[in-house]
Amino acid sequence: MKETRQQALRSAALLAAFAVAGSALLALANSATHERIAQNERAETIRQLQQILPPGSHDNALLDKPRELSLPISFSRPGPDTIYIARRNGHPVAAILPVTAPNGYNGAIDLLLGISRDGEIIAARVTRHRETPGLGDGIDIERSDWITQFAGRSLQDPERWAVTKDGGHFDSLTGATITPRAIVKALHAALAYAATHQQEIFADGDV
Amino acid sequence: MATYSEISRNGLWHNNPGFVQLLGLCPLLAVSTTVINGLGLGLATLATLVASNTTVSLIRGWVRPEIRIPVFVMVIAAIVTAIELLMNAYWHQLFRVLGIFIPLIVTNCSIIGRAEAFASKNSVGKAALDGLAQGAGFALCLVLLGALREVLGKGSLLADAQLLFGAAAQNWEIVLVADYRGFLLAVLPPGAFLGLGLLIAGKNWIDRRQSEAAPALHQPASI
Repeated sequence: MKETRQQALRSAALLAAFAVAGSALLALANSATHERIAQNERAETIRQLQQILPPGSHDNALLDKPRELSLPISFSRPGPDTIYIARRNGHPVAAILPVTAPNGYNGAIDLLLGISRDGEIIAARVTRHRETPGLGDGIDIERSDWITQFAGRSLQDPERWAVTKDGGHFDSLTGATITPRAIVKALHAALAYAATHQQEIFADGDV
Repeated sequence: MATYSEISRNGLWHNNPGFVQLLGLCPLLAVSTTVINGLGLGLATLATLVASNTTVSLIRGWVRPEIRIPVFVMVIAAIVTAIELLMNAYWHQLFRVLGIFIPLIVTNCSIIGRAEAFASKNSVGKAALDGLAQGAGFALCLVLLGALREVLGKGSLLADAQLLFGAAAQNWEIVLVADYRGFLLAVLPPGAFLGLGLLIAGKNWIDRRQSEAAPALHQPASI
């Protein structure tokens, strides 16, 4: 009896020793890579933001002084959201909002929406999605330029924000209607919010 | 006990994890959409196999039978996480493209299969070679299936080579069909299944041809 107990204790000690060794390896790998990983993620965020607001349109560093707001869950994920303000000569000229369309065909679709000070869409880009390749994935700028049809639009233009199948103005994608519908709805909700919350977003007087 | 050349030939051909053992099908079917994606995950899996086989063989004297599976899983998980961190740091774009399939290397049955079936019972040198051969065999599957699916699905080869080989590789892409409209089935998982079936059939055909040719070599030449 005592022998099996000793065996069990030895096994447990061995297992614990391997766990410590494994953790040590991971701690080492983490310390060797975490700075570069953080750099990579910053570079990726900048690259995504610059797709919306190309470098000539503003003169501040977009990643400096981002703002935190809690956007409504009708078009954003629960929890605080990071908003980037573009300025020229100290005055805010545009804002980039993270928008999420919750009801895509295969889950939520994340976008970045660039709005100018007077509520006009500068550009929208899909940053993360799980839509079907060849069908819903046309929303990705790498697959097609479907998403560029929103540039220059605003809350009143068009009056009716819907896909053509629902009697509206926006092209849907061949074989995929649920995906475009979700994006149109989310962008419209974001524009409506921006129209009534200009102060919160652009916070004039706060340079 | 297997010789070094047997280990190599088994891993690459006769006991290939993808074409013969049919292990690791989840990443194989999901990631092999292009040559570069397949090669990227294949190299990550190869590195994992070499590291885990070597480690398991090194510790085989100390691992008691009743705790060997948890220990193997811990070793493999630690190695895969370390590789994931390295890819996030040095191949960030490819890391984003491969996404969840990098940590899913842990669930690839061929890795724990080789640990249990070979590495825990053989010397470090042979275990390492087995890891290299099986990993290379799996990478071969990924690259071949990736090439088939990329040619049929997108009409190109080596698209996005810069994800793996850096900015200098940006113009390595070979466009086989200009303005190709795309063949959706090849891009989706069912097409991957069909493609894998065709490749396995091709391998079996080659094997049969070789075994038919071999006896003929020993027959006396007829006049």
